[in-house]
Amino acid sequence: MSARSLPRRRRLQASIVAVATAGLVLTGCTGNTVDNSGDEDRATAVSDNDEAGETVTIGFSGPAADHGWLAAINSSAQEEAEKYEDIDLQVAEGTNDPSQQIAQVETFINNGVDAIVLLPTDGAALTDVAIEAMEAGIPVVNVDREFSSPFAARTTILGDNYGMGVSAGTYACQLIEENNIADPVIAEIAGLDSLPLTQDRSDGFKDALEACDQEVDNRVAAEFTVESGEEQASNLLQAEDHIDIIWNHDDDQGVGVKAAFDNAERDEFFFIGGAGSRNAMDWIRDGEMEATVLYPPTQAADGIRLARLIAQGKGISDLVQVEVPRRIVLNAPVVTADNVEEYYDLGFES
Amino acid sequence: MTELSDTTRVEQAAEETAQETGRLAVLHTSAGRNLGLVLALVILCVVGVATAGDRFASVDNMMTILRLASVIGVVSIGMTFVITGGGIDLSVGAIVALSSVWCTTLATQQLAEDTHWIMMVSTALLVGVGCGLVNGLLVAYGGVVPFIATLAMLASARGLAEILAQRRTQLVTVNEFADFFRGDLLGVPVLVWIFVAVAAVGWVVFNRTTFGRRTSAVGGNPEAARLAGIDVRRHTLMLYVVVGLCCGIAALMITARTTTGSSTHGGLYELDAIAAVVIGGTLLSGGRGTIVGTVFGVLIFTTLSNVFTQNNLSSSAQSVAKGVIIVLAVLLQQRFANRSTSS
Repeated sequence: MSARSLPRRRRLQASIVAVATAGLVLTGCTGNTVDNSGDEDRATAVSDNDEAGETVTIGFSGPAADHGWLAAINSSAQEEAEKYEDIDLQVAEGTNDPSQQIAQVETFINNGVDAIVLLPTDGAALTDVAIEAMEAGIPVVNVDREFSSPFAARTTILGDNYGMGVSAGTYACQLIEENNIADPVIAEIAGLDSLPLTQDRSDGFKDALEACDQEVDNRVAAEFTVESGEEQASNLLQAEDHIDIIWNHDDDQGVGVKAAFDNAERDEFFFIGGAGSRNAMDWIRDGEMEATVLYPPTQAADGIRLARLIAQGKGISDLVQVEVPRRIVLNAPVVTADNVEEYYDLGFES
Repeated sequence: MTELSDTTRVEQAAEETAQETGRLAVLHTSAGRNLGLVLALVILCVVGVATAGDRFASVDNMMTILRLASVIGVVSIGMTFVITGGGIDLSVGAIVALSSVWCTTLATQQLAEDTHWIMMVSTALLVGVGCGLVNGLLVAYGGVVPFIATLAMLASARGLAEILAQRRTQLVTVNEFADFFRGDLLGVPVLVWIFVAVAAVGWVVFNRTTFGRRTSAVGGNPEAARLAGIDVRRHTLMLYVVVGLCCGIAALMITARTTTGSSTHGGLYELDAIAAVVIGGTLLSGGRGTIVGTVFGVLIFTTLSNVFTQNNLSSSAQSVAKGVIIVLAVLLQQRFANRSTSS
């Protein structure tokens, strides 16, 4: 829409480089202020970050909440905003049409919000409008699905998709070794294949398996919904009459996957999940599921907090650096029967 | 239209039917029939201004609404033709996806870089027309009912798009292409101009040409149209080509708007387009249609979603409102239509 003037870009570039040189890539729960979800921990952060500052208007837009994880993304973002009296949250949730979401972001720009938190339906498709927002002086916090240009976001917060695959693959290798499985049959039920995050997860899984000389024998892709999970898992069970390990990328579609297992009365395999829903944690408790790899739906809530800090010109209290980092990658731990109680409260409802 | 010269008698008969339906169409597109739509749009705007004030009434916001309306608008114009002609096209969203993917494949973009970005445009249009042609052949000459033929196209076009794109999102690397479609002309986005142009051409073809009159005739009573000398099958084929062409244009618009081609583009556009066409006043059973009504229908839905965004309301509530509006608009229209025919 607007002419992309070079000098403007260069200034933006310079500021991005300046911040990037801070070289802050947080892995895992480093900052108390960023990652805790309970109010009680806040006291430990020695900072006045949580005290009310000037009121900031934050625009939030995400894809349609068609599965539990996304619903949790939306609700946790809104709950987080309500905790702060100085946040005026404008929500434009719920569309899977990039064209519609672009219109939502344009509305935020027209309204001159102080910051935008954006979980794009498709990172690449929303990149240009995010750049427009940045050029209009509105910081954009990119959640979960990455833009295709570094100029499109002030800060990116995302789960570690590749790391999720690595965690699942490494755990699979461990299972193979512990149980002395000779020539194991390994299957993978991926999520939406058109999303780069799915490819990252699969790449991580493949690479980790390679480290113990294994490979994926059968891979199907569902669409994060219960229905698609059931369908694809049924196909998979038809294709392989014996499976040793199954990694399912997503616990929401996992409800369908589990239903397919039960329908076929198959349980000869180790069933590993992904994301970490309450259902999955219950199954782990009951011994019906081996493990799940976390992919926290609290990222958008963190995105809201970060947007507030950026708009108010604050930094993250537990870091020496005075500015909010460019990129925050969350950890992807494996939850098993041994540590499920520790993570249970993080589980989201499917 | 060349077979007009077959025999003068047949031509006369065709002209008479066409003129009659033409008069009817004029009567139906008169202010009376569109009053309900104008009313709905005005109410929405009043609500928008009352709740969001200047944020809603700004020029930038109007452009945001129009840009959003333009993509689905172009598809809806094509859909108006098909529905008026007694058919339906469920595959529009899938054709948009396939065209957007095909015009952004590495090969196409390489070709465009070597020659001119117009290659991307022609690719998208050709794919759209091609799909329309297949739909049209199946329906007109294969005897497959439109619902089934286009349902098959819906599935296979999106599948083919996924295969071509390997289910990945393809970035537009030809900057001239993106710059052209994303630019402004006289302060109005090019996307909106395209919508205006398609709507204007659509209106002229629909209301002022033999093709348009024949469309109503074929949709209203295909047997009578055949007896009046219209080649119903060929005409039906052409209708699906028209909607395919519109999908190709819409694909270019969405590709430029998102700077990507993806097999997920155009999701559920068929339902949005049908909804816009129907609340616009076009009969779903065919025979009577209105381009102006369709434009209003599209504007009502996009303004609705803008008002909801401005007021921080969830999209679930938006869907409910959308359903209510569809029913209300149709009820209102029936009332106005009855009044205008009885008076």
